[in-house]
Amino acid sequence: MIDREQVLHVARLARLELTDAEVERMARELSGILDHLERIVELDLDHVEPTSHVVALENVLRPDEPRPSLARERALAGAPDATDSGFRVPSPGAAAANGS
Amino acid sequence: MTTVTTTPTERAYEPVIGLEIHVQLRTQTKMFCGCALSFGDDPNTHTCPVCLGHPGTLPVPNAEAIHFALMIGLALECELAPRSIFHRKNYFYPDLPKGYQISQFDIPLWRSGRLGDVRVHRVHLEEDAAKLVHAGSSGRIHGAEASVVDFNRGGTPLVEIVTEPDLSSSEQAGEWLRLLRATLKRLGVSDVNMDEGSLRCDANVSIRPVGTATLGTKTELKNMNSFRFLERGIAAEVARQEELLRGGGEVEQETLHFDPRTGGLSALRSKEESHDYRYFPEPDLVPLAPTQAMIDRARTALPELPGARAQRLERELGLPGDVARLLAFRSELGDFYESALSADGATDPHTLASWVTVELVARLGDVDPAESPVAPEALAELVRLISARSVSGSAAKEVLDAMVADGGRPEAIVVERGLGLAGAGELDAVVDRAIEANPDAAEKVRAGTAKAMGAIVGAVMRETKGRADGGEVQRMVRERLGLG
Amino acid sequence: MSELLELTAARAAECVRAGELSPAEIFSAYRERAEADDLGAFLWLPEEPPRPAAATTSADPPLGGVPLAVKDIFCVEGAPTTAGSRILDGYRPPYTATPVERLAAAGAPMLGKTNMDEFAMGSSNENSAYMPVRNPWSPDRVPGGSSGGSAAAVAAGLAPWSIGTDTGGSIRQPASLCGLVGLKPTYGAVSRYGMIAFASSLDQCGPITRDVTDAALLLRHLVAGRRDPCDSTSVDFPEEIELPSSHDLGGLRVGVVPELSEAATIDAGVKAVFDAALERIEELGGGVEEISLPHSEHGLSAYYVLAPAEASANLSRYDGVRFGLRSGDGDLLSLYERTRAEGFGDEVKRRIMLGTYALSSGYYEAYYGRAQRVRTKIAEDFRAAFERVDLVVTPTSPSVAFRLGERTADPMAMYMSDYCTVPMSLAGLPAVSIPAGLSEDLPVGLQITGPAFTENRILAAAHALERAFGFDSSPARRPAAAAPGR
Repeated sequence: MIDREQVLHVARLARLELTDAEVERMARELSGILDHLERIVELDLDHVEPTSHVVALENVLRPDEPRPSLARERALAGAPDATDSGFRVPSPGAAAANGS
Repeated sequence: MTTVTTTPTERAYEPVIGLEIHVQLRTQTKMFCGCALSFGDDPNTHTCPVCLGHPGTLPVPNAEAIHFALMIGLALECELAPRSIFHRKNYFYPDLPKGYQISQFDIPLWRSGRLGDVRVHRVHLEEDAAKLVHAGSSGRIHGAEASVVDFNRGGTPLVEIVTEPDLSSSEQAGEWLRLLRATLKRLGVSDVNMDEGSLRCDANVSIRPVGTATLGTKTELKNMNSFRFLERGIAAEVARQEELLRGGGEVEQETLHFDPRTGGLSALRSKEESHDYRYFPEPDLVPLAPTQAMIDRARTALPELPGARAQRLERELGLPGDVARLLAFRSELGDFYESALSADGATDPHTLASWVTVELVARLGDVDPAESPVAPEALAELVRLISARSVSGSAAKEVLDAMVADGGRPEAIVVERGLGLAGAGELDAVVDRAIEANPDAAEKVRAGTAKAMGAIVGAVMRETKGRADGGEVQRMVRERLGLG
Repeated sequence: MSELLELTAARAAECVRAGELSPAEIFSAYRERAEADDLGAFLWLPEEPPRPAAATTSADPPLGGVPLAVKDIFCVEGAPTTAGSRILDGYRPPYTATPVERLAAAGAPMLGKTNMDEFAMGSSNENSAYMPVRNPWSPDRVPGGSSGGSAAAVAAGLAPWSIGTDTGGSIRQPASLCGLVGLKPTYGAVSRYGMIAFASSLDQCGPITRDVTDAALLLRHLVAGRRDPCDSTSVDFPEEIELPSSHDLGGLRVGVVPELSEAATIDAGVKAVFDAALERIEELGGGVEEISLPHSEHGLSAYYVLAPAEASANLSRYDGVRFGLRSGDGDLLSLYERTRAEGFGDEVKRRIMLGTYALSSGYYEAYYGRAQRVRTKIAEDFRAAFERVDLVVTPTSPSVAFRLGERTADPMAMYMSDYCTVPMSLAGLPAVSIPAGLSEDLPVGLQITGPAFTENRILAAAHALERAFGFDSSPARRPAAAAPGR
């Protein structure tokens, strides 16, 4: 089961703003899904290795050879708020002027 | 039963210090994409869809970064993980384009090593963050502070080296970091420049009562971007913790930021309210299992390392420890020294060492002597002239000045500038004139006041412009005054 | 013209190479069909058709210029690419995905971008931020998902063939619901570069086509005989993909999995078509035997931990800084939280939350760690099964196409759509869905799976069965089919 507080904590980790109604719904739905997933908790998996990759590959590397970079205008082209030279963001740690 | 108790105010404390070092690797390209590394280029001119974190892009590790990391682990005598994997370290920050950093977590490439008398806990590979430049008040967002992100640095290959808490003073920490820097520089894997951020050092500091083995609560010190700041920051934090404990307080676990302007420490606001990085294996990358060929190639690429070199110079040439370390830690000095030494087997190693580490360094500062007009064999020749008493010490310094300015061979400079020691024929007349010009001093010398000799020798030196050998002049004066 | 539209893609390519058709003719015929799309299958069509052979490397390209419908999850340089999400509204990538590039180079230019569930999360296409897609067999029903637009476009004859992506069934299930062939290749066989990531360790690109030969032809050029250096997890396919020609299953041992085919979740009508298919297999000389995949029933649970966990990280890059939507009221936290709140739809938020929770401190081992171990057991089950049989067959989807809105209120009911397809994804195995018959006048798919890199074996069997089933996919392509209920 997952409660309101947990939903809010996870939403903050995931940087998702949820309305009150969404918090309630999320708590209910996630609890339902987790109930179903609980079934794997009952399995005996103590001596089973975890699988991260299904492909049996190792050491896939790239030679240290430069490739062309994007022209700056192209790199910045899709940015919602760009200066001439970079991507503008609100400074970390600084509060918004309108006090929110 | 009695127990000896000491009050906190009387107790003596000792610092327990561990270091976390980030080293930018000097590869051609970034860790996971083909963008060339950038050094002070215009912002956002070294980016591509991969290092900007565009949808659908995938990382492919740089083989040379792996090679460099293998060299570092070998140099630090670590144990290699037969199979290590990359993880995603998840957090949101504008300098982190994907919302996670690709790093190594529970299985680092290397662990359990040693450099000098400090144990190395782990060595792992990761990617650097981008650079966030404060841009002042933004015009767009009224009154709010804005920053601009430059992704040139984002994705630069980084090696993180974490030590065990084996250091017990700020000076020792500084000294060890110098050894590490010299070692990495010698490996040629990084520019190791603290100013430019290619070598960055954080410190974990705690204190404990002397003689106990417990570990106190530690604080993490960041932003000490020079050796001086590192030492000052640690010293300040040790003092702060001592004062806290003596005052009956407790050290809180926190991250402190060193302010180079004030030399003080301030608590950092955490990047994320709760530190929950949700590490999990990076599914876009496959495991790293260095093959024997990869390990052999890294081993073959290892040069003689500074620690070993200092020991050799001390043992084989009998150089004093501090001189040997200076030559070894500044490997360009050591290279110049050894090249001069091998140019002429007859050169005295001690005199040469002193001329490299004192006179040459005084004139060149941080410049690599190999980049200066002074040729190693020329310095060897100068030292030979000094040893053969063909040139006086002060004249030799003038010769070196000329060599640093314009290069050239010392013998030619001596002849050209008339800096050779004055011969006996020339000196006879000069000494006679000096005795004649200082009758009082001559009388005192005759009467046994040896220090009166100075005035006569000084006159000789003045007239020969320092080209006379002081001992020889004194011998001639005593002979003339019948004291021979 | 209508005859042209009746040709399979491979036949159309042959006609071009024989000089009977021109690529421009084919392109404009389909372009016209796609423009008249009333199913919501396409999200974007280029203003102008590509110049003849613009992207091809040869004068006589093997795919003949037969145009390709591309799921909107593939980045195409300069073309709007949304992955069905508001958060990428207006995004035009600065590069092109390897699969799209390879197929264009082989002579299959992009016809347009097809609709999909947002970030490939869904089994009905109702999670598209733009519009739902209707099933050409019955317009009040879903086409399946997440590659629902690609499937609907091909089924309705708006496109000759298409590519989609499959994470837990997103190619196979819509192919099944639309009466098409859908192939999920072995993990690593096709490059993921440029394919917007949902769950990186599961995602694969594959064809959705009218018949098995078309699927094989597209796969051949997706694999292209060489791995992609831009994708660390891509591999050299060990053999060339053949165009299938077998007419029987002589000597093939085919395994049936009661844990999957007899599960309560399988509809009776689907089960009936499946049982009939087993009889056909035996008629064609195949030996049917029962095998067990004891952990397959836990596949769905493992999948719904692993895929959301990976997705929660993969979707962190949508932060309003470098591309896409941006919102917020001036401080950094609200920039992140509002951008993502406004940009992502409900299902995506649900999975980000689920995945973040499963990875968070204190829960990792209980959820993620265990799910990875279940994954190991499922792969071991398949390995053991393939000691005894050459192929495994199951129904593709537990049900035929369901009605729009029928399952949107219950996430778990929607997730059950993947019940039979998820185990193969977790094991990284290749699997194809082919239409095996009708139930309630709607298509039912048969899923055929083999060991890793046995695509040729799977396609050969699928080809023989396709002939035996004689499935008529044309009802979905008749314009009249879309008319009722509009």
